[in-house]
Amino acid sequence: MFRYGFILAVAMAVFWLAMSGYFKPMLLILGVISVVMTLWMCARMKILDEETAPYLYVPLTLSYFIWLGKEIYKANIAVVRAVMSPEMKISPSMVRVPIAGKDDMSATMFANSITLTPGTVSIDIDEDSILVHALLSEMAVAEDFIEMGDRSGFAVGERS
Amino acid sequence: MILLSLISPELIMAGREAVTATSTMDIDWPMVGAWLRAALAASSILMGLFFVFAGTIGVLRLPDFYTRIHAAGMTDTLGAEMVLLGLMIQSGFTQTTLKLLMLSFFLLLTSPTATHAVAHAAHRAGLKPKLGDYRAKSIDEIRAKAAKRGAS
Repeated sequence: MFRYGFILAVAMAVFWLAMSGYFKPMLLILGVISVVMTLWMCARMKILDEETAPYLYVPLTLSYFIWLGKEIYKANIAVVRAVMSPEMKISPSMVRVPIAGKDDMSATMFANSITLTPGTVSIDIDEDSILVHALLSEMAVAEDFIEMGDRSGFAVGERS
Repeated sequence: MILLSLISPELIMAGREAVTATSTMDIDWPMVGAWLRAALAASSILMGLFFVFAGTIGVLRLPDFYTRIHAAGMTDTLGAEMVLLGLMIQSGFTQTTLKLLMLSFFLLLTSPTATHAVAHAAHRAGLKPKLGDYRAKSIDEIRAKAAKRGAS
């Protein structure tokens, strides 16, 4: 718990400095006060755990977003072509995608990635699968989501 | 050496003047850099605006709620991100770029959450999606239908 409190304090201090850009003593003291108050409130609410301070995985998450950006670009082109063509041939379909990861964090990341990719939206989540609505039927193949599921689980620090 | 001594001092002076003249006519590199950066930023922003435009057309053309969500999602992924990237290129290595970078990162987290919330609410409320192949009506079909309605 002290470990996550420390990580949260460092992350908040860095965030404060990056956002304000001022190094005057009075503003620094105000920053310290707000960091301490936030920490105290988090400790009081007993939420000082990995979910509150997931900042150790930020580099992994950023590298995952680079891969995801490529996927988003490809999907965007497909959706633009479908929408802008005069005939607009689309084939909306639903598919259930199994969740590979175990914890809530990786499931959230996976569902968010599916929604972030244009043409697929996660509609409903239960214990072990995600209901996905796809704009084109060729996007609604459950096997195509396996790589995304593995990578998103890895990006939030899940080791399989 | 003999050849060099043949060259008169006047000729050397003239040559030097020519060299300095060309070097003052040299390309203004900082200016070229600024133009290049402005062009990159502008093309990135225009690309973003294209995707926002395509998303708007999609929202207008697509048949039902669930398919329209896809077009709206396109607006806030590539559309907003490309505009932000263009602004980052324009502002260079400054604090503004850092803020824009964080903004684009948070946008990647919040926009799918909002999209999922809307779609999940529709699903829970019992809105049934239209499934199966769909094709937009051509103008001829619409005209024929209107003519039939007018005749009857």
